[in-house]
Amino acid sequence: MSDFARRHHDMGGLDAGPVQTSEHDYAFWEKKIDAIRRLLADDKRRMFTVDELRRGIEELGAKAYDEMSYYERWAASTSNILIEKGVISIDELGRRMAEVEARLKAEAEAS
Amino acid sequence: MAGRFNVGDTVSVRRAFPPGHVRTPYFIRGRQGVVQEVVGDFANPEELAYGRDGLPAQTLYRIQFRQADVWPDYEGAAGDTAMVDLYDNWLEPAAGDSR
Repeated sequence: MSDFARRHHDMGGLDAGPVQTSEHDYAFWEKKIDAIRRLLADDKRRMFTVDELRRGIEELGAKAYDEMSYYERWAASTSNILIEKGVISIDELGRRMAEVEARLKAEAEAS
Repeated sequence: MAGRFNVGDTVSVRRAFPPGHVRTPYFIRGRQGVVQEVVGDFANPEELAYGRDGLPAQTLYRIQFRQADVWPDYEGAAGDTAMVDLYDNWLEPAAGDSR
């Protein structure tokens, strides 16, 4: 069996340190990611399933999987799947990301 | 699709390592356990994960394994068990079963 038989996310039984049991609140952007996923998957849109979300997270690559936070992984997977399905284009998303980044930077400088 | 197994059956988990989205954890492949519950029929997540309809549905089972069978270096109590939910397509009748 090759070293690639176990996929990176399939970690059952590996040493992963202690489990964090404390409750934590979600940031507003994390709630938005969750809301977007629910809306995309609802009965009206049916644009993607939670199974596709999981598949997309598993395909992010080991480095991204380890270093991204939980909802960052959701955002990355959702974006990739919407691009695959032609719901949004790479060009559109890239321009919008730059726009938002510039706006946030301007807001930070103004405050 | 009607499930092939019943509560109390001893089953083996297929030892297979395909690429793609799979719900059978790596650590349980090739192990032998006992069906505790027939959970129901569900669209196949291996297909749903790629935007397809997941039909025919697969029967999902709750299967109990002895921890000592799963982990060669297990140091807990001898009677400890692990419960894993597994789909019909990943299971085979255990060797020696009368089936």
